[in-house]
Amino acid sequence: MSIFRTLSTKPWIAERGYVSDSHGFRLPTAKVFLSVFLGVVTALFGLLTAAYFIRMAYADWQALPVPALLWLNTAILILSSVTLQWARVAASREQADGVRRGLLAGGALAFAFLVGQLLVWRQLGSLGYFVDSNPSNSFFYLITGLHGLHLLGGLVAWFRASVRLWRGAEVAKIRMSVELCAVYWHFLLLVWLVMFGLLLVT
Amino acid sequence: MALTDVTHDAQDFVPAVEVEEVELYHPKTWLGKYVFSQDAKIIALQYSITAMAVGLLALVLSLLMRIQLAWPGALSFITPDAYIQFVTMHGMIMVIYLLTALFLGGFGNYLIPLMLGARDMVFPYVNMISYWVYLFAVLLLLASFFTPGGPTGSGWTLYPPQAILPGTPGSGWGITLMVISLVFFVIGFTMGGLNYVVTVLQARTRGMTLMRMPLTIWAIFTATVLALLAFPALLVSCIMMSLDNLLGTSYFMPAIVSLGQQLDYSGGSPVLFQHLFWFFGHPEVYIVALPAFGIVSDLLSVHARKNIFGYRLMVWAIVVIGGLSFVVWAHHMYVSGMNPYFGFFFATTTLIIAVPTAIKVYNWVLTLWRGNIRLTVPMLYAIGFVFTFINGGLTGIFLGNVIVDVPLSDTYFVVAHFHMVMAVSPILAVFGAVYHWYPKITGRMLNEGLGRFHFWVTFVGLYCLYYPMHYLGILGVPRRYFSNVGPNGLPDFIPDSAQFVNIWITIAAICVASSQLVFLYNLFASATRGKPAGGNPWGATTLEWQTTNTPPTHGNFGKELPSVYRWAYDYSVPGAEEDFIPQNVPAGKNTGQAS
Repeated sequence: MSIFRTLSTKPWIAERGYVSDSHGFRLPTAKVFLSVFLGVVTALFGLLTAAYFIRMAYADWQALPVPALLWLNTAILILSSVTLQWARVAASREQADGVRRGLLAGGALAFAFLVGQLLVWRQLGSLGYFVDSNPSNSFFYLITGLHGLHLLGGLVAWFRASVRLWRGAEVAKIRMSVELCAVYWHFLLLVWLVMFGLLLVT
Repeated sequence: MALTDVTHDAQDFVPAVEVEEVELYHPKTWLGKYVFSQDAKIIALQYSITAMAVGLLALVLSLLMRIQLAWPGALSFITPDAYIQFVTMHGMIMVIYLLTALFLGGFGNYLIPLMLGARDMVFPYVNMISYWVYLFAVLLLLASFFTPGGPTGSGWTLYPPQAILPGTPGSGWGITLMVISLVFFVIGFTMGGLNYVVTVLQARTRGMTLMRMPLTIWAIFTATVLALLAFPALLVSCIMMSLDNLLGTSYFMPAIVSLGQQLDYSGGSPVLFQHLFWFFGHPEVYIVALPAFGIVSDLLSVHARKNIFGYRLMVWAIVVIGGLSFVVWAHHMYVSGMNPYFGFFFATTTLIIAVPTAIKVYNWVLTLWRGNIRLTVPMLYAIGFVFTFINGGLTGIFLGNVIVDVPLSDTYFVVAHFHMVMAVSPILAVFGAVYHWYPKITGRMLNEGLGRFHFWVTFVGLYCLYYPMHYLGILGVPRRYFSNVGPNGLPDFIPDSAQFVNIWITIAAICVASSQLVFLYNLFASATRGKPAGGNPWGATTLEWQTTNTPPTHGNFGKELPSVYRWAYDYSVPGAEEDFIPQNVPAGKNTGQAS
């Protein structure tokens, strides 16, 4: 493991007076940024999951019915992730049309997902499952809300990349943005699948 | 001692890889340069000044509490409600808005790019936003002083259910603003923190390998990682608490009768909050302690003119302490009625932390051993830190054991312990760091005489203040009590001698607090009237002392970024002309090493 090799170097002997070419990772900075950020988001949703399980064990917990719309939303989010992946592949092949189509479809589907989630909230509300009715409801609203906010943040990055593309930026210039968007989308899809699974199982 | 052979063949020298030059944003207006600045050094100053200003407020609050304890009723505006509000605000401000912001936002911003040979943070714009979000959080916190009911009085731990129930001071606006302020703090910090971590990973200059980084950077880096992973717990608990408070959910709120009324809450778990809070709260201790460790390591090495003893072990200890800090949180909750096996597990992990910290302490002492010690003001503070940290650490071993903690819980022993280990020690490191780096920041030295005065009053005063507090704790004097005096004006449930100790502590506290005015005066006066410092007054090896301009200008270094040829601790190298070799000096001329 290179990290252990790094940590066991003896900077005071072997390398004294010697320039090595090591200065940062080989990865692009934006990618490193995204991975660290994904670590933070993982901690956030991980803690929420832990809190979910702890709270679930108490007597007043009543499972929330799963609205059918959530299945549709999940499918939409999967599609959104797939289309962004498509854009990413197109970007790596420098196919501007493919990137455009993929980005547009991916963003639109993500919007559709968010609207769908709001509809789920309304459905649940009209059935009397409010945020304060039961802890399971509270967690559902909290988790979907936070997940939605993260997706919204992703849409800001998506919007900036799209604007640059439509203003005529070369594909090579926005390739990294598209790639990062796609990775972020996959990550949020994974988070959603875990959270949805949590809801289904309990 | 045998000298290590450091000769190299020509093929040892890997040709330097080009580091991409960063495009710096060059502001044109005064506002862009000094207010909405994207320069990490300005942001560092903004963070530091804001943190110190709000910290000063917290210091005054602590004095008010001490006056109330020594001479109950002396100040009529200190009601029981006000007292507990002062306790809460003092703790919250000192831990989060002062120490965290100062170490990471202040020193992190200033030192990371300079010590690593970078032009700036990797995302300067995000860095700027980070400060303004922090400032907004501070303003929200301060605003809570002016709301009906005043700031929250729930203790800095904000335990529900009492934090949001009527009857606790500030249960309406106070707690709402507090929680929102914390949410903003976490958001702002995350922006800054991502920057610090990615800068350390990506923006190091040529030759600055991870194991050549100064320990200050290792410590700030690790502390930032801890903060990035721990603050989400605070965020989640704050959001859940405000939902309980504002929307009537029952995450944490149990079925409860308050002031004779059955509330709408049911079934929530206050202990769940405690778990979440301390999952953040314990790493938080190391978020403020680790940067102090790193800074002190560097100060000791520079001012003892000797390489740090056991550099690798120091790095490993930092990383191990960081890792362990995530598995000890429940030692704050021994009295919450946990399963004994659970408590046993957490007592064990807690005591294991003594191993890496003891390694650090031994290495500090061994760094001093036979060093060419210069008792400069920064050195005095660094040594003061080691003393105080040992003291606080030892009482930590008491409290880490369930069976000792239970009777001592909620007494002044706990107050004395955590002040020694995570309040006073880091603050001593902060002072040392300020005296050490002030010449780089302003180009002028702080006044030495005033500095020595400030150190001795602070150091001796702190011991007069906190040693007796341990004694009060063992006597069983409870913390957070408004008064220990009965209606007849005499000590009620504590011996007279204990009340005398209380008076003594208050006098010591007033002395320590007043001596900070000397420090402030020194900071302001020396900025214009101090002795010009030159580029490298301490003869230090790290890159921030090798800049072309002092104070460093926008972009930190001259036309070319420095290349790093050695670790940060080449002091008193045998055969070298001077007793230090800067990191950017290649082997050869004047270093006593073959080129």
